[in-house]
Amino acid sequence: MDKVRLQREAAFIRSSLLDQGYLDEQFIQLEELQDNDNPNFVEEVVTLFYTDSARLIYNIDQALLSNPTDFTKLDDYMHQFKGSCSSIGAKKVKNECNGFGEYCEAQNYDGCFRTFQQIKQEYINLKKKLETYFQPSYDHIYAYYLISPYDLMR
Amino acid sequence: MAGGEVLRQNLPEKLEESPSGANELHVLAVDDSLVDRKVIERLLKISSCKVTVVESGTRALQYLGLDGDKKSSIGFDSVKVNLIMTDYSMPGMTGYDLLKKIKQESSVFREIPVVIMSSENILTRIDRCLEEGAEDFLLKPVKLSDVRRLKDFIMRGEVKEGEKRCCKRSRSEDCSPSSMTHPCDSSLLSSLSSSSVLSPLSPSTLSSKKSRL
Repeated sequence: MDKVRLQREAAFIRSSLLDQGYLDEQFIQLEELQDNDNPNFVEEVVTLFYTDSARLIYNIDQALLSNPTDFTKLDDYMHQFKGSCSSIGAKKVKNECNGFGEYCEAQNYDGCFRTFQQIKQEYINLKKKLETYFQPSYDHIYAYYLISPYDLMR
Repeated sequence: MAGGEVLRQNLPEKLEESPSGANELHVLAVDDSLVDRKVIERLLKISSCKVTVVESGTRALQYLGLDGDKKSSIGFDSVKVNLIMTDYSMPGMTGYDLLKKIKQESSVFREIPVVIMSSENILTRIDRCLEEGAEDFLLKPVKLSDVRRLKDFIMRGEVKEGEKRCCKRSRSEDCSPSSMTHPCDSSLLSSLSSSSVLSPLSPSTLSSKKSRL
């Protein structure tokens, strides 16, 4: 695959992430902050997001393992996590967080636990797609299409 | 050694400051989120502002020299901030607490416009902040248009102050308030960044303003 083809693939991935609601306008806003002096700004922010939020994910996992469940702590961690999702335009992940908040308020452990597994799934899913977008390569494109075969049917 | 340098050497490594330009608005941004700090810093830099980003209200007060520590009570000479943008939800000292602390200070610090940023659109929260003297309340994620609007507003306030001073000094023949590219602008801005000028950063009317921008 030549460079042009890879760039086209990356552009396609970006459009589809926006169209399918994985990303929202905030991602576009971040792109607008990119220029020749800061050509990798969006990738830097996304990388920072995944590095930083790994800590929050771990904290939530630990809090879910603790007995009794500290719902205040859970809510607090989730609030921070959701804020970061919002800052990078991670729409789908952010929306999953709303459900978690409701279960927290209702002190519904099962609801919290189940929802969090979904959140982690979406979070990892988005990470893989964004990796493909930022670093399109033979392997990444191939892997991307494997992960979301239904994209080929659009 | 200038007081400002002594102050900065005492501050922890996490303090991030952009290189100083002579005629720029200096914004102090406060946010406990690493991601948000990176984004707000970029938003401000791209809007041609000098930016200092800190991770907490405590650090912000230290930076301003308001933390009551004898070492840092050098006074306003050490640091010149034209605007403070702070996140609302922070551990320990919230943005609201920080706002209150600043508004309780002596006249010079009280005049610094403070803007609250929050991911939650809670009316009572917004009202409380505006009542306490916040200049504006921005919903996160903060956009470039928000920053530009803020900057224009602060600059307009500065231009008005500058015009008063310019007309007194009669440096320029044209003191018309409607002119945005006022001939005195560059001299105004350089006087703002000069550490020896102890003048209010914004007209006193701004701090009692209750309306939302």
